[in-house]
Amino acid sequence: MGLEARLKPGGWVTTKLEFFVNWARKYSLFQYPFVTACCGMEYMSVMCAHYDLARFGAEFTRFTPRQSDLLMVVGTINHKVAPVLRKVYEQMTEPKWVVSFGACASTGGFYDNYAVVQGIDKIIPVDIYIPGCPPRPEMVLDALVKLQEKIQKERFIDRL
Amino acid sequence: MSELVLNKLKARFPEAVLETHNQFGNETLVVKREAILEVMRFLKEECGFESLMDLSGVDHLPESPRFEVVYHLKSFKNGYRVRIKVRVPEEEPSVDSVVSIWKGANWYERECYEFYGIKFQGHPDLRPLLLYPEFEGYPLRKDYPHKKRQARIALLKPETR
Repeated sequence: MGLEARLKPGGWVTTKLEFFVNWARKYSLFQYPFVTACCGMEYMSVMCAHYDLARFGAEFTRFTPRQSDLLMVVGTINHKVAPVLRKVYEQMTEPKWVVSFGACASTGGFYDNYAVVQGIDKIIPVDIYIPGCPPRPEMVLDALVKLQEKIQKERFIDRL
Repeated sequence: MSELVLNKLKARFPEAVLETHNQFGNETLVVKREAILEVMRFLKEECGFESLMDLSGVDHLPESPRFEVVYHLKSFKNGYRVRIKVRVPEEEPSVDSVVSIWKGANWYERECYEFYGIKFQGHPDLRPLLLYPEFEGYPLRKDYPHKKRQARIALLKPETR
C-alpha cells in the first residue's frame, strides 16, 4: 500500500475501530466448505490456481466449523441432512457468514420433490446467494467481493 | 442365442409366463406373481443368469394391478440379458423375496420397499434403506402429494431469513 513507506519511524495513523476490525475480517475469511453435490467440482476449480480465491483473502479452508468464519454451502441439501447443516452452522463462532453456492442450495434448483430443502435459507440465515447450475467461477469471485463489501459496512451493534 | 431363454421358459412354465416380447434382442417376460421364486431359481441354476443387475418398482396408478417389480438379469458366461416383470396388486402389495437366490437383491428390495411400499416376503431384514427413520409414506408412489415435505427440524420463518 505504500503506507509503511510514508510513515516515519515512531509515526502513527488514526482510524475507526469498526473500520479497522472489519477490514481485517474481510481479508481473512476462513472457510468451511459444506460440499454435497456436483457444485463441489466448481468449488475446487475456484479454489485452484486458475481462478484462485486466495487472491481475495479467502484461501484458508478449515475442515472444522469451529475454526471458520465463512460457511460455503455447496450443493443440494436434503431434509435428511438438514439437521447436520444446522448443527454445523451453530458450531461456528461469531462473527460468521454463509454463502449459498449454486441453484440447489439457494432454491432447491430443479429438485422440487419430497427429499430436497427448497433453499437453505429455510434452515440457516444466508448472506450471499450465487445463482447458476453450476455457477461460473467468476460469479463466485464476485460473490466474495460483494460479501467483503457487506462485511466492511457491518456495525458491531448489529451483532449483539 | 438369447431367443432360446425365452422359449425355454415358455416351455418349462407354460402357466406362469403371462406375456413375452422381444424387441431388438431385448427379451421381456411377464411372470405370474406366485411363480416368481421358481422361475428365478430356474433362470439362475439352469440358464446361467448368475447376476441380478437391477431390481426396481413401477407405479402404473390408474391401472390394475397397480404396481410392477422389474428384474434385470445378466449372464456373464453366455453374454445375454433378460428382463422379468411381475405385476403386483394394490390390495396386497407383496412379492416373494429373491435374496435366497441372489444375495445382492437385499438392498434393492429394501429400497423398493421404502419407496413403493411393496413387501418382499421372506426378506431377512426389510428395513428402510435410504430415507430417515421418521419418514412416513412411500414417496415414489404416484399418489404421494407432490408438494409434501417432511422436515426433521423446525424451519425458519420467512421474516427471519
